[in-house]
Amino acid sequence: MSIRNSFTIDGERVDFEPGQSILQAALAAGVFIPHLCFHPEFSAHGSCKLCTVVVNGRNGSACTIAAMPGQEVRSDTPELNQRRRMLLQMLFVEGNHFCPGCEKSGNCKLQAMAYELEMFNDHFQHFFPDRGPVDASHPEVMLDRNRCIQCELCVRASRDIDGKEVFSLAGRGPASHLVVNAASGLLGDTPFAATDKAAEVCPVGAIMVKRVGFTAPIGRRKYDGASIRDQIEHPAPAQEG
Amino acid sequence: MFAASLETASEPRKLRRVAIDPVTRVEGHGKVTILLDEANKVHQVRLHIVEVRGFEKFIEGRPYWEVPVSVQRLCGICPVSHHLAAAKAMDQIAGYDLLTPTAEKLRRLMHYGQMVQSHAVHFYHLASPDLLLGFDSEPTRRNIVGVLEDFPQIATEGVLVRRFGQEVIRATAGKRVHGTGAVPGGMNKALSRDDREMLRADVDQVIDWTVGAIRMVERLHETKPAFYNHFGEVAGNMLGLVNASGAADYYNGTLRARDAAGTIIFDRVKDASYRDVLEEEVKSWSYMKFPHIKAIGSEEGWYRVGPLARIQVCDLLTSERAEAERQRLLAVGGGKPLHGTLFYHWARLVELLHAAELIRNLLDDPTICATDLMADKGERRFHAVGVIEAPRGTLFHEYKVGEDDLVTYCNLIVSTTNNNQAMNEAIRKVAVQYLDGHEITEPLLNHIEVAIRAYDPCLSCATHALGLMPLQVELVDADGIVLSDVRRGMDGGVSCSVPG
Repeated sequence: MSIRNSFTIDGERVDFEPGQSILQAALAAGVFIPHLCFHPEFSAHGSCKLCTVVVNGRNGSACTIAAMPGQEVRSDTPELNQRRRMLLQMLFVEGNHFCPGCEKSGNCKLQAMAYELEMFNDHFQHFFPDRGPVDASHPEVMLDRNRCIQCELCVRASRDIDGKEVFSLAGRGPASHLVVNAASGLLGDTPFAATDKAAEVCPVGAIMVKRVGFTAPIGRRKYDGASIRDQIEHPAPAQEG
Repeated sequence: MFAASLETASEPRKLRRVAIDPVTRVEGHGKVTILLDEANKVHQVRLHIVEVRGFEKFIEGRPYWEVPVSVQRLCGICPVSHHLAAAKAMDQIAGYDLLTPTAEKLRRLMHYGQMVQSHAVHFYHLASPDLLLGFDSEPTRRNIVGVLEDFPQIATEGVLVRRFGQEVIRATAGKRVHGTGAVPGGMNKALSRDDREMLRADVDQVIDWTVGAIRMVERLHETKPAFYNHFGEVAGNMLGLVNASGAADYYNGTLRARDAAGTIIFDRVKDASYRDVLEEEVKSWSYMKFPHIKAIGSEEGWYRVGPLARIQVCDLLTSERAEAERQRLLAVGGGKPLHGTLFYHWARLVELLHAAELIRNLLDDPTICATDLMADKGERRFHAVGVIEAPRGTLFHEYKVGEDDLVTYCNLIVSTTNNNQAMNEAIRKVAVQYLDGHEITEPLLNHIEVAIRAYDPCLSCATHALGLMPLQVELVDADGIVLSDVRRGMDGGVSCSVPG
């Protein structure tokens, strides 16, 4: 590792491989930067803005800014964390995220991130969106659009890993919503399978494998024992170029 | 019957209205209205439930495996009852006929823990201030803090008994309130040996404290037997679950009803057939439905559920000390059923003792920590009923689920709804006994609340039929003249009339 390929996050030196983003380099070095729409196996999306950091005095998404030698990055600051909390609050009120009755509770990244960033209330007025009823037409998987945070992880997984292009976002602004690639609009009429990568990447309870429910007891769910900060998913090796 | 005549006054416009709003030290929000004439003669008494829930509607369109967890949010005091009633129904929907022995034992353990904590919070925290400090004591001290000051030992025991029940729930459901233990087909966690040892170490003390509380209530009764026997006394039918031997069974069993004299009206009715023997009526002045025994009719077919009904519907309690205490209580009636409202408290403590003894027996079971938690799956079903004895009384959950696993229909008859008419009858009796012809004072009004409180109503659970219930809305002018009358019928049809 060349001494030139390093930068600092909150004063701590982080080495990087050429081609890595700030977020990839930070996670590889075990430095946590909050994020939701980033996944180590897919190309960066830059939409949730939770990984916003200050790079040499300017705001930017850590998942889309290439790591460069000598960068001075600020991340874990009261100001940035306050803005991240506000982003989470907006995500919570934009959808129907009712943790007490949701089977994703304890395994949900949105919920885990809210705990991590100490979001204690919703603050904003709820939208109570009606993006249609639960789509349970598929025999193995159900789709609850009202819980979707539009991170497009399923879109990328279906397109880039599964090679099926089952999901896409449609509509604009507040009317944006997840659609499936079938004339009927029903998941059951797509080639989607419960074994697809897209069935496992949803960070919230929008795409759920059926009949799993609450089989994981309280205490043994993913984020019961350790915070999301302590469970960093290791990023894929950086691509050259 | 005199009580029925107090449901609706003939000329309400000429009467003075007194409201108890809200009714205090009960779960949920309700009010009582009393109409009096100039001589303070009582003409009308009604218990109104003024909040609307909507769980039957919320659940529609949700996946069936989610329901046992989501529906328990109906209540913060007895969520386990809703959790288990829904789980029992969803076992059948998912195709599980019989649970594994361990799963049923763990569900029962959770349920009995719920019975202990709910009965404890009701008796010690909500009702004991009336009994120990006096119905007419200073209202600002008539609460658990007042009991803590004057009777610190009793209050402390109450807190610890409740805590024990909550620990049983935590050990089986993962959380003290709103856990996830029961899943369609069984349980999601075994009982740990550490939890078993911890609970076993405490249960004998809980049993002894409960017997002490029973003795205390017995002594209170001895001070004024006529008052305790006849306060809010209204003879009525009784309903509860019993097992094949006729013993009370809080988790399973078949429906049995007795009339006011103790004669069996029906017996061995399977829970799924509850509609064959019971039906619900709607009244325009309450969000809460009025169930009754179908064969008797709405006028005389009302029944009571909960502790006082259960200990008299059954032939016995299967735990030794609790059965002895049940016999002691029944002896007060001299062979006749007890219908005095305040006997609910005594009966509730007998049940608390029974639940604690059942917990001890389960903890002593050498297989209680086994891990055979999920049953073998059979044929998927589309309609199911789950019935359980919640702390406040019989609880019915009925669901229909489509081929796509989503709930299409839900009907809940909660314990407090079953007791709706019984509570109305009791407060009318108390109004006649203590208010009629007197200047209305706070202590007298508290007598009404004491009668409601004895049933331990969960008013928030009891109103849930959003968008489904028939309603009547009257537009009335300043002189009380009805200007228009809009009604929605059982079929959802709306009609409007303008009186000529």
